[in-house]
Amino acid sequence: MNSSDLTAKRRSAERRFKYYGLAAIAVTVIFLAILILDIVVKALPAFTVNQLVLPVTIDATKVDASNPAAGDFPALLKETLAKEFPDVQSRGDKKKLNALLSARAADGLQEQVASDPSLIGKTIAVPISLSSGADLHLKGFTDAQLDEKQAAWLAALKDKGFIQHGFAWSFFTQGDSREPESAGIKGALIGSILVICVTLMFALPLGVAAALYLEEFAPKNRMTDLIEVNINNLAAVPSIIFGLLGLAVFLNGFGLPRSTALVGGLVLALLVLPTIIIASRAAIRSVPPSIKEAALGVGASHMQAVFHHVLPLAVPGILTGTILGVARALGETAPLLMIGMIAFIVDVPHGFTDAATVLPVQVFLWSDLPEAAFKSRTAAAILVLLVLLFCINAVAIYLRNKFERRW
Amino acid sequence: MSATLTLSRPNRKLRRQIEAVVLVLLACASGVAVLTTIGIVLSVVYESLRFFSEVPVWKFLFGTEWAPTAEPGAFGIIPLLGGTLLITLIAILVAGPLGLLSAVYLAEYANLKARRIIKPVLELLAGIPTVVLGFFAALTVAPFIRRAGEAFGLSVASESALAAGLVMGMMIVPLISSLSDDIINAVPQSLRDGSYALGATQSETIKKVVLPAALPGIVSAFILATSRAIGETMIVVMAAGLAANLTFNPLAAVTTVTVQIAALLVGDQEFDSAKTLSAFALGLILFIITLALNVVALRVVRKYREAYE
Amino acid sequence: MNDMSFQTIMTPAIPKIAAAREAKIIASAVDVHYGDKQAIKNLSISIPDRAVSAFIGPSGCGKSTFLRSINRMNDTIPGCKVTGKITLDGEDIYARNLDVVELRARIGMVFQKPNPFPKTIFENVAYGPRIHGLARDKQDMERIVVESLKKAGLFEEVKDRLTQPGTGLSGGQQQRLCIARAIAVNPEVILMDEPCSALDPIATARIEELIHELKENFCIVIVTHSMQQAARVSDLTAFFHLGVLVEVGDTDVMFTKPQDKRTQDYITGRFG
Repeated sequence: MNSSDLTAKRRSAERRFKYYGLAAIAVTVIFLAILILDIVVKALPAFTVNQLVLPVTIDATKVDASNPAAGDFPALLKETLAKEFPDVQSRGDKKKLNALLSARAADGLQEQVASDPSLIGKTIAVPISLSSGADLHLKGFTDAQLDEKQAAWLAALKDKGFIQHGFAWSFFTQGDSREPESAGIKGALIGSILVICVTLMFALPLGVAAALYLEEFAPKNRMTDLIEVNINNLAAVPSIIFGLLGLAVFLNGFGLPRSTALVGGLVLALLVLPTIIIASRAAIRSVPPSIKEAALGVGASHMQAVFHHVLPLAVPGILTGTILGVARALGETAPLLMIGMIAFIVDVPHGFTDAATVLPVQVFLWSDLPEAAFKSRTAAAILVLLVLLFCINAVAIYLRNKFERRW
Repeated sequence: MSATLTLSRPNRKLRRQIEAVVLVLLACASGVAVLTTIGIVLSVVYESLRFFSEVPVWKFLFGTEWAPTAEPGAFGIIPLLGGTLLITLIAILVAGPLGLLSAVYLAEYANLKARRIIKPVLELLAGIPTVVLGFFAALTVAPFIRRAGEAFGLSVASESALAAGLVMGMMIVPLISSLSDDIINAVPQSLRDGSYALGATQSETIKKVVLPAALPGIVSAFILATSRAIGETMIVVMAAGLAANLTFNPLAAVTTVTVQIAALLVGDQEFDSAKTLSAFALGLILFIITLALNVVALRVVRKYREAYE
Repeated sequence: MNDMSFQTIMTPAIPKIAAAREAKIIASAVDVHYGDKQAIKNLSISIPDRAVSAFIGPSGCGKSTFLRSINRMNDTIPGCKVTGKITLDGEDIYARNLDVVELRARIGMVFQKPNPFPKTIFENVAYGPRIHGLARDKQDMERIVVESLKKAGLFEEVKDRLTQPGTGLSGGQQQRLCIARAIAVNPEVILMDEPCSALDPIATARIEELIHELKENFCIVIVTHSMQQAARVSDLTAFFHLGVLVEVGDTDVMFTKPQDKRTQDYITGRFG
């Protein structure tokens, strides 16, 4: 082999190696793209909803004006629907027809009449929830569990213009439910906010205080070394272990209430504490010592110099680190399963000691359910979670770029 | 200007006292991290000891059957460790080459503009909650592998180790690439210059000079990634099975330590039964393994840093 | 190098300036250690009030270390230990019951690199008086700030932009702002650690002029690596070498008739 052949070979090896690197990045990026695309495609059906808008006459014999809320609205709906299809007579067929409606279809009607009893005796058109199968069928999913007759009735209703297609606000305004068509993420969203509030309330002051101590005041001795090693290792402990800690210490030890935002927030606070300490220390360290010296030089005490000058200048860095810690806490699931935040909770939590769930746990719960409509709701909840995380990270990056100081 | 130094001013004492209190508070805050570790160790060890009073340690460590809900229950951890190992191995086989090659490209080939685009994309992947990856693994990747396997006439379990391992691998690609990227960047330019001066190409320099110099750091990145994979819960809970099979067939269903902890503690907990307590024994094993890996990795990194300072 | 003992030569035996002024700071037998390393060996000096004393010597000779021992800035360096005695107006500044914070209020310091706080010009100057409670009210504070800026010769240049960040000033202006900040606390001594090393010649001349004005009221100690600067601004010069105070005396005498060979070599540019 002469030398020019060898050079050519080395050149091609050079090119190949570079392409390997590019290919590795491409694989990762493609994976991410498929992941997000897959979730968006799965989620889209959950963001729109088909509803039946049928003029319903509020029959005074069915609804008592003195106690309108106790009226038999489901029967009213069924009768109205039956009038549209006079040729449906057999019991089985009637059942199938009614199955097009959601089990909680009459809720909206009941609410409206209860708040305005003067509607009794009148004919009103209220949007009525369809069953999730009917909704999916209308969205073009052929594997929705409808038989031919049901499909034909639905088509007839659509032809008559009784079907209204719109944005599914209810997904954001309702709590969890066994019926996919009325299951929403409001409860989980509020739960997540409550949990994050608790996490921040504990982790931020503790983290900043610990960072200040270790960076500015701690004597350099074995004890300090130990704390440092300890924090670094704690940052890498699997999150599920923190769940065991929460279960054994907060629930069994202190007797705090299970399934609540309080306990969830505490566990996540301990989980993100090392992250916040490490980020805060880096931020404090990046403040040039000349600023502290200047303060000491005019007679400020060490504590005054740190709190008047060093800490304020470290705030942007501390905030960025804290926000990234919060983002991690917001997506955390495993430790919360251990402390009972996995229960089926319909009510939207009102306080830190109410039973609550959070978005990622809601995702986990729904992902296990067999109904096709829950699959799209799971994906939709994931999408909301991802958008939330994306916004949080964007804020962190914005803060970092805006306040980053070059000394 | 005759104020003397030692004469006390009224507010001086107060300021000193307040500062002393604040200092104590700050020190206590840094103690919380230590308390957390102590809390973890104590709670896990305490419940584990209760477990070992019912099930002998050697039966737990060397038993090859895991059936906690059976009567009487079997608590052999070997199949769980086997499953964890299998999925972790798949994950590292996926993430190792991808992460390392990405890091090399980022550190050695990519210009500033490309770095500025690629790094956030990798960070984006790192920021995706694992429950989301679990959903993707269970509902998209697993069925795909099943169909693909069937097309080749292979029988694939619907909750195959491969699906969980693949997605877990993608999860740790950003971890390996960002750690390796930092480490490769820390290799002194003088080493590269020395190699170029001898007429080596860039890839030869990387393979023969840069990577060997960065090897300890890269090894520690892999160890950290392994620890992360072993401790990961949601992906395996959603995409791997509950059946404790001792197998090395990636197409079969296996279970892991974390899956079992979650399965045992979700729902009813009875703190007087070996079934619930066994979760803490599993937690103890998990804590010991991940801690050991982290300590080793941090030590390797520290040694490596000293070598170049 | 015949004389390697730690004995300091006085040039002349009693410097004129020391005879003319009261001694403000007296150091006797001071040793400074950084861990195992000794940075200052058996140093004794008397620093006169209302005069400028300059510390000169090659890099690493201990002149900055000694300067930072005078206001106990060395306390912030872990492992730094000061032994011996330093007194301010006869009081031991390393006495156990002494509040270092009040010491630093009496001994101001200006650093090598201008280090204004990233706050407004006004706030930079007002910070010291505020933490020491020197101003009775807002008007009083404004008076202190304006006076300090005037004394530092900066007021005319910045009077229209007191609310703008101090970091936006030029290097020379920043250093004068730092001097104003030190003056605002009403100190008795001002320590300057190579205050002009980061400045251009014009800004340097402006600071030197200022030092000349300030010595009417303050005891000024300046560390400098420029012998010309020491000759221009100081009344007393102290030459440090390898942690030892070799020679101290009236500036005019030191620069014309140094006694020690090392001083002579340094002044004539043989080493440095």
